[in-house]
Amino acid sequence: MECQECQHRPATLHFTQVINGNKTEVHVCEVCAKEKGYMTYPEEGYSLHNLLTGLFNFDSAMMENQQSNSYKQVKELKCPQCGMSLSTFKKVGKFGCATCYDTFSGRLDPILRRVHSGNTKHYGKIPKRMGGDLHTKKQLESYKAELQQLIEDENFEEAAQIRDKIKALQDQSNSSKAGDDS
Amino acid sequence: MTLKQFMNEAISPWMREEGPDSDIVLSSRIRLARNFSDVSYPILADQGKLEEIRDFFKKEYEHQSFQDYEDFAFISIPDLTAVERRVLVEKHLISPHLSKSDQASATIISKNEQVSVMINEEDHIRLQLYFPGLQLPKALEKAFELDDWLEEKINYAFDETRGYLTSCPTNVGTGMRASVMMHLPALAMTKQINRMTPAINQLGLVVRGIYGEGSEAQGNIFQISNQITLGKSEADIIGDLQSVVKQLIEHERNARNRIMEQSGKKLEDRIFRSFGVLDYSRIIESKEAAVCLSNVRLGIDLGLIKNVSRNILNELMILTQPGFLQQYASATLTADERDELRASLIRERLQLEK
Repeated sequence: MECQECQHRPATLHFTQVINGNKTEVHVCEVCAKEKGYMTYPEEGYSLHNLLTGLFNFDSAMMENQQSNSYKQVKELKCPQCGMSLSTFKKVGKFGCATCYDTFSGRLDPILRRVHSGNTKHYGKIPKRMGGDLHTKKQLESYKAELQQLIEDENFEEAAQIRDKIKALQDQSNSSKAGDDS
Repeated sequence: MTLKQFMNEAISPWMREEGPDSDIVLSSRIRLARNFSDVSYPILADQGKLEEIRDFFKKEYEHQSFQDYEDFAFISIPDLTAVERRVLVEKHLISPHLSKSDQASATIISKNEQVSVMINEEDHIRLQLYFPGLQLPKALEKAFELDDWLEEKINYAFDETRGYLTSCPTNVGTGMRASVMMHLPALAMTKQINRMTPAINQLGLVVRGIYGEGSEAQGNIFQISNQITLGKSEADIIGDLQSVVKQLIEHERNARNRIMEQSGKKLEDRIFRSFGVLDYSRIIESKEAAVCLSNVRLGIDLGLIKNVSRNILNELMILTQPGFLQQYASATLTADERDELRASLIRERLQLEK
């Protein structure tokens, strides 16, 4: 079938238009569909984002079903910082500010799990300046995990080295804290 | 650096360098999403706050240097014409989303166009860095340094548990999107890429067309990027991406060899016909141009076409996009006029190499 607009290229898209109750079939090629406005393309197409807002709404449908009638009267959750409401978030799929993460934290984990293959916790970079003693904390955590593994593997020589590193890091962090207090 | 310089050349200076595996991998990119800790995200912030952020970037970073990346130009997006915005998108210097924004949106771009920072996009800051060929660890290292450089003056929105806080929950955590642009004509010809995509998706990676989400793979150029930003470190994410890309490179090379062995004459015929079309046509649509350019690039990689530079695909893919054509013609063109100018520009470009 050839495109009814250009009568040249093959029609690859088929639409049913209903105008004032009259149904008409439209058969067009991709080029004409774009040019004549039958479809928006490409940024406005069905995107990952549409899919995500779908997921969030599914989440809310589940929750509403679980809630008893008395809960429905409860005032809607709103971010005190930016005013973003839970229902708006579900519609747009985006947060309004950093505080939203705290405001909606109770509802966040299922969403994050769905989007990030079950993950809800950050394991990556920590800001150099803003991170503060988080760097030391994370480093200690990772050393401790390593130490545990080395002990399990009965690799005591390396375990001793890691133990010393942990001690050094703890001493360093304690002395810098003492320094801050003075 | 002025806007005009970014608009004139189709390929960015950094693209002229060859990187590892650059017969198949065109570029590696790291993008980090960051936000100011105490300002609402662009979808909700008031205009005044966004203007403050924009002005801060102009004041602090215009004409500054970060390591080898010199002379950052500051460009206010609302001040640009529609064509100028489009050219910046076609050169991948800014996102389509930023190009449409009139809300105090801006960008700073280094002179060699390797580094750009988008301001007031979906997040306050989206910094991105490109490297030629497959160089993800190097790109990540530099992106981290650039991030630290910006953080010296900016308080980022960060949470111990959630990581870098972003407007969209799909970016929270590392805020990182790492992507690799690959030319995979043999995997596309043999339809193997369609069979591989679901397996790649299972690793938390996505395969897309050249202009990102929702776009098709024009000219057999595919973008492979990470989908997950939470629960894995940046190094682990790029490790997974790098290993998938390496496998794709190997499969692509094997597929090329197999096609050459089994139907070398047919492939050679296809490549030279495409070369002929590019060299002689008077009217060419963007889709046909992309297909022919992909074939010619394959011909160069296979050693069948000599004396044409490998960058031809990169360069002409960008040069023949609607924005660039209109920039070149300094006029708004109809689709027919664009097809004509496209054909003549390609002919002109190929003549240069004869």
